[in-house]
Amino acid sequence: MITLKEALELDSQALQELRNDLKKKIKANKELNAYVGLEEAGEGVPIAIKDNIQVKDWSVTCASNILQGYKAPYNATVIEKMHQAGLGAYGRTNMDEFAMGSTTESSCYGKTLNPCDYERVPGGSSGGSAAAVAGGIAIAALGSDTGGSIRQPAAYCGVVGMKPTYGRVSRYGLGAYASSLDQIGPITQNVEDAAILYDIISGSDPKDSTNAQRDDKVVPNLDPNRKLTIGIVPSYVEEASEDVKKAYGKTVEVLKKMGHTIKEVSLLDAKYDISAYYITATAEATTNLARYDGIRYGNRAPAQNIKELYINTRSEGFGDEVKRRILLGNFVLSSGYYDAYYVKAQKVRHLIKEEYEKVFSEVDLILSPVAPSVAPKFGELATPMQMYLSDMYTISVNLAGLPALSLPVARNDEGLPIGLQLIAKPYDEQTLFDGALGLEAAL
Amino acid sequence: MFETIIGLEVHVQLNTKTKLFCSCPTSFNHRQNTNTCPTCLALPGALPVLNEEVLHKSIQFGTAIEATINQVSYFDRKSYFYPDSPSAYQITQLYTPVVEHGKLRIDLEDGSHKIVRINRAHIEADAGKSIHDGEISKVDLNRAGTPLLEIVSEPDMRNAEEAVQYLKKLHSIVRYIDISDANMQEGSFRVDVNVSIRPKGDEKLYTRVEIKNINSFRFIQKAIEVEVSRQIEAWEDGTYDEEIIQETRLYDANRNETRSMRGKEEAADYRYFPEPDLKKAVITNEMLKTYSQIPELPDQKAKRFVEEFGINEYNASVITSTKETAKFFEDMMEEGISAKNAVTWLTVELPARFSGGMDITTSPVDAKKLATLVKRIEDKTISGKAAKEVLDYIMQNDEDIDTVIEKLGLKQVSDTGAIEAMVDEILSKNQDKVEEYKNGKEKLFGFFVGQVMKASKGSANPQAVNEILKQKLS
Repeated sequence: MITLKEALELDSQALQELRNDLKKKIKANKELNAYVGLEEAGEGVPIAIKDNIQVKDWSVTCASNILQGYKAPYNATVIEKMHQAGLGAYGRTNMDEFAMGSTTESSCYGKTLNPCDYERVPGGSSGGSAAAVAGGIAIAALGSDTGGSIRQPAAYCGVVGMKPTYGRVSRYGLGAYASSLDQIGPITQNVEDAAILYDIISGSDPKDSTNAQRDDKVVPNLDPNRKLTIGIVPSYVEEASEDVKKAYGKTVEVLKKMGHTIKEVSLLDAKYDISAYYITATAEATTNLARYDGIRYGNRAPAQNIKELYINTRSEGFGDEVKRRILLGNFVLSSGYYDAYYVKAQKVRHLIKEEYEKVFSEVDLILSPVAPSVAPKFGELATPMQMYLSDMYTISVNLAGLPALSLPVARNDEGLPIGLQLIAKPYDEQTLFDGALGLEAAL
Repeated sequence: MFETIIGLEVHVQLNTKTKLFCSCPTSFNHRQNTNTCPTCLALPGALPVLNEEVLHKSIQFGTAIEATINQVSYFDRKSYFYPDSPSAYQITQLYTPVVEHGKLRIDLEDGSHKIVRINRAHIEADAGKSIHDGEISKVDLNRAGTPLLEIVSEPDMRNAEEAVQYLKKLHSIVRYIDISDANMQEGSFRVDVNVSIRPKGDEKLYTRVEIKNINSFRFIQKAIEVEVSRQIEAWEDGTYDEEIIQETRLYDANRNETRSMRGKEEAADYRYFPEPDLKKAVITNEMLKTYSQIPELPDQKAKRFVEEFGINEYNASVITSTKETAKFFEDMMEEGISAKNAVTWLTVELPARFSGGMDITTSPVDAKKLATLVKRIEDKTISGKAAKEVLDYIMQNDEDIDTVIEKLGLKQVSDTGAIEAMVDEILSKNQDKVEEYKNGKEKLFGFFVGQVMKASKGSANPQAVNEILKQKLS
């Protein structure tokens, strides 16, 4: 597939041919189930859009039954910015319902396959976006990352996925999962494309109060030859599979050869990340998803009275994983438990942030695994807890609001991709892309 | 003997141009669901952005009640399901409100004053409206997201009069500083009353009952009185613990009773937590400086009226009780009439002629016209009695005062020659009475005045008549 950078050079006729060709490929690749819709908006280079980003007049369902039939009456800010930059929204990609999941199996549209091995999950929740790019049926795609939902499927599918600093990209028009953690980001074939798409979608937006209102760009200053100090976290890597450990070790060697300074650092035990994350995210999600009540839009279940209307609509509309997180969120916020859970989780979150600040006073970037293993087979993560634990390397980045980029660094003996992530300090996307671009070239 | 403990929560709808978190216009009586957008409809992906005008109005209110204004305050989510609450949570300020620790002076009927402490005033978003129409319920979201200031008093009031005086003063203040229309019928000034009783001398607070959304001062007074009776009766019957529970009750004006609104088993857990879609609300020093400049408040105005115009404290408090009356008075004074006359005509004569819900704001006679009328008494063009006739007439007809005086033939005769002629005629017709007067029956003086006035058809200047009569009879 043509890269984003190349596609941006095409004239309108070539672009039209590209779009036609792309449509054929997508239709021929139905089996993958990366796309759940083929709407088009705007002209220009086609970009696949995760099913939780509002595109005017498109269906947007967050892969949930509860939103069947709902069409967005407005564009998300990222879509507006894309249109201004000559990109067009093109096709809806599959995801875990309301971005809650790590496998894309909880979608109401059924599972998406991993293009590298159809028996394996593509990761999640932005599994459709990652599979589309990896499967050669998208030039690039937008995903959203609340606890690793861009980086982990990118790693499982062998593509580049980037989560910006919290506040870099407007959340206006992103169907919210956890407001204080969600960020939209690019999934692309290479690092440079990620930087291009990141530059286009990031920047100020008066419609998002949590936006940092900063408009600095990375592409004009990209420099793969910068020598950096890169932190490694041996204690973290210990818990990963042999494949991942091996890839990590090899990558560290490459970084050294490139002339970077490697420094061992330590971070808080990941078990704290997981607890703080699942309390914070579910508390916010519970309230964010309370609006799906069948009153104004979406699917309404038959009922005799208002209480039944709520119960029936929500019982039928939401899948199990979403219900599980709504219950958990209500529990941690309920009176008598709020201090013990929610407040404590915020304290832990604060500690995690401080821990990263300390580390970043010594290093420019941190190299970390994205997931403990390569993409698991369907059904391999038998319990929700196993799935939650597979997020251990990605969620602290969201809790601390940091930018990070998942880069494919190796393949295991079965040819399955392994991704590692570079993490930078807040708003230092420049160093993140510089480091990733250099490493990509050296591998 | 029992003591009543009352605390009040008032939801004041702020009269900002746009809603609290979006740029939809605030409105009343517009076509349903027209003033809405993705944010106030809680569509997927929409986000709130704080309307700074709400902070300005909060600063003004905080200044008016001499409160602490928190330059950093925070928003929280309060969760509950209701069809007119689109996001199923209300954005409010639980943990750090914008205004805290204020106070309000209330004036009581016996002439005494009392300070009521205000615990806090916080910003929150209003819900929409549910309209129940037989089998069908409809939702109008025009009001959803309208900014409210919820003003919470300490439980400092001890009877219904104090509660009503507090509300009237609060109502007056929010209108003086123009942060709300405070129209109780339209719901822009909504009152929840918390009432409990305790044996006099007891320090502890007993079970508090909340009475919601009562839409007039009179009903608030009655609701408190009837609820207090219910609680005292239960105490005296020994059924207090069973009957008086912490709950929300509604006042039924037709039956003059309070009724339980929701059962105890549905006691809500609002699951508050900090609103992650908004940053802290920051009031800069500059904003604080600009918006703490507020117009003269009713108490200050009353004090000034006493000092400047020499009217008494009671009249001053009546005139300043609403911004509109005070303005009317000040406009009348601009015309250079006496304050005493202005007070009488403004507070007695004019309101006596209001009908059909008319008030000072809708009076057909404006301040300038009423002052002109008073002026015509003062310059002796007409008598006070004639002025009342003129006022009757101009309440119905929008005409010029002097034209009306001419038209009705009410112009007073001050020409001494003409009056003298009339006096001479009356005296010569009543020689016998003149004799009696001269022999000491002095109360006949009034009879002569009356006869002259009658002869002049009321147009003679009574003062001139008096003087001439005195002269002729001496």
